[in-house]
Amino acid sequence: MSVIAHREAAHGGLWSRMSLGQKQRIWAWGFLAVPLTFYAVIRFWPTFQAFYLSVTDWSIMRPGVFVGFDNYKRLLADPLFWQVFSNTFMYLILGTPISLLISFTVAYYLDRVRFMHSFIRALYFLPFLTTAAAMAWVWRWFYQPVPIGVINDLLSSLGIPQQPFLRSTSQALPAVLAPAIWAGLGFQIIIFLAGLRAIPTTYYEAARIDGLSNGAILRKITLPLLKPTLVFLVVFSSIGFLRIFDQVYNINTNDPGGPLNSTKPLVLMIYQTAFSSYEMGYAAAQTVVLFLILLAISLLQLRVMRDGR
Amino acid sequence: MRFRHLLASVAISFATLASSGARAVEIEYWQYVFDTRVKAMNQLITEFQKANPDIKVKQTTFPYADYQTKVAASIMAGQGPDVLQLFYGWVDNFIAGKMISPLRAEAFPSADIERDFFPIVSAMKRGQDYYGLPTAVRSLALFYNKKIFKEAGLDPNQPPKTLEELVAAAEKTTKRDGSGNIVSEGLTVDMGGQDHQWWREVLIRQFGGVPYTENDTKVAYNDEAGLKALTFYTDLQRKNKVGQVGFMDDGQAAFRAGLAAMTIDGTFRLGSFNTIKSFEWGVAELPANAQGLRSNYASYFANAITTKAQGEKLAAAEKFLKYVSSPEAMKIWLDVVGELPARRTAALTPENIGNPVYGPFLKGLEYAHTTLFKDEAAQRQVAIDMANRVLVGGEEPKASLAKAAEAEQAIIDRAKR
Repeated sequence: MSVIAHREAAHGGLWSRMSLGQKQRIWAWGFLAVPLTFYAVIRFWPTFQAFYLSVTDWSIMRPGVFVGFDNYKRLLADPLFWQVFSNTFMYLILGTPISLLISFTVAYYLDRVRFMHSFIRALYFLPFLTTAAAMAWVWRWFYQPVPIGVINDLLSSLGIPQQPFLRSTSQALPAVLAPAIWAGLGFQIIIFLAGLRAIPTTYYEAARIDGLSNGAILRKITLPLLKPTLVFLVVFSSIGFLRIFDQVYNINTNDPGGPLNSTKPLVLMIYQTAFSSYEMGYAAAQTVVLFLILLAISLLQLRVMRDGR
Repeated sequence: MRFRHLLASVAISFATLASSGARAVEIEYWQYVFDTRVKAMNQLITEFQKANPDIKVKQTTFPYADYQTKVAASIMAGQGPDVLQLFYGWVDNFIAGKMISPLRAEAFPSADIERDFFPIVSAMKRGQDYYGLPTAVRSLALFYNKKIFKEAGLDPNQPPKTLEELVAAAEKTTKRDGSGNIVSEGLTVDMGGQDHQWWREVLIRQFGGVPYTENDTKVAYNDEAGLKALTFYTDLQRKNKVGQVGFMDDGQAAFRAGLAAMTIDGTFRLGSFNTIKSFEWGVAELPANAQGLRSNYASYFANAITTKAQGEKLAAAEKFLKYVSSPEAMKIWLDVVGELPARRTAALTPENIGNPVYGPFLKGLEYAHTTLFKDEAAQRQVAIDMANRVLVGGEEPKASLAKAAEAEQAIIDRAKR
């Protein structure tokens, strides 16, 4: 008996000497290793490589040479970078509050609608499913001057002078932002609706019995209880607007980010530096800056959320 | 006995196999995907293999957007083509990356090249060496809508010959609505299209200047001539009001839709304009200035031999390059792709010159210039922004021109490093 057990242990080696818990842990790590390796090789390693690239002058055609912080110095001295930087924040500052305000209003009232509720909800969600490129192409025709542009046709039939929209340094950015906000609404409305539904109805009943007005209910009950949803959407849409690219690129393909760089976000600048001018090192430095901005904003917003709890 | 026979036959078959294997050299040819170009190249390869049964050519294509990146990555990895197609403006990059070799003077004597090809081929020359040869070249011309010309009371067979006539014809053919908005342009204003080439290599010279000096490494247009050229161009929208930036999105779209009487574009647009059914259009040489001076911008994709091709592959690649830049190949290319032959004799045949469509483009080749771009997209952007500062931002041409010159010089200087 003991001989057999001994032989078995020797035969099975390390594996059979392990406890069940150890074996389970090994299995768990074995399965986890697949996605972990994937993340390490496909995500993290290139990220670190980008940090390294940002201190070289690699240009695809020529092997890179270490140049220290030259790329960063050039970036800080580049007026285009500062313009692009402020454009990026304009997208954020205009886009996030406006889109959240609209989507909350829609969700708030949609929550009370019973008639064709799911159909209306689906209608709002539809633009979210549409390809950004296709949408941008349709909107760029909306913005055309007469006789092609629908909006300008309407304006001039009302006797209002036609507007340049995408052909103006002051109107172009809001004009690009409008379809981007519109496209994102569906998603935000769905999340808000879920948040609203999660608030127990007993609170509302109690408030009504106490005779609170609708406005007071909104301020004292709905909004405070909606805070986790709100913070999630703020973080999510902020990152989205900071990374805006396809809407901008596709709405003005002949002069992406134009006119005069007035709509160019940081991601588009990175794209052009890397894949049009092939200045990979410089583009990597821009990427690192974008990464730091995204990191800072996300950490800040997460902190706000934690304080609320 | 039998065994010996067997052995002998095996040996013989091995020998023939080996020798035939050695005879069939396979070389690889790369270009970007463009339907007619691929078709024309397949035809050329078939003809070439018929004449050279010992050489096999394999064509590989991929999208234009990835082209440079893919070529660079594959050659660095020791893979890739023996002969490849590249835009003339990429030559410096490809040389710096040690991706293409100079053509051997024994196989391609410089004197022959300079005698037979249009002068713009010099854009492939660095020092004493040529780094590639084009099959076909492209130039610019004035496209005009004959229907609109007739409606405006102009002779549809007398397109404008001078800049003055151009503006006059544009003014006559522009249509506006009650509030003065343009509903159909006289001449398209679109720096993002071919107008930046027209401005750089044609208008500046016609107003008495040169765009660059020192082999296109010094920007020279920030002077009186450059200012006059920019003022002329921006006045098309500001003063003459015959065109508008962004009208119908871009110039070629406006022309296609029949909403522009004239547009300046290249040979490569012929395929697209040939499908227009709703009106008849014509082609004219780019207008001359008051003194009769003409200019044009020509560009091309050249074929070059990569550093990967060595030994017998190099010999095969040279043969292939010779064939694809022969008059015979150019004829096929013109018929299939519609691009102009790069050799004078193949291009300037009475038949081609008399052709109402090819003729004006071909005449342009004789006096065309080719800009040695360092970063074409970025330099084009400089011109777009220069025009936009005036047309969209309301800045004075003089200030805008100075900014453009400075920005473009910075791009050129950075590429030199």
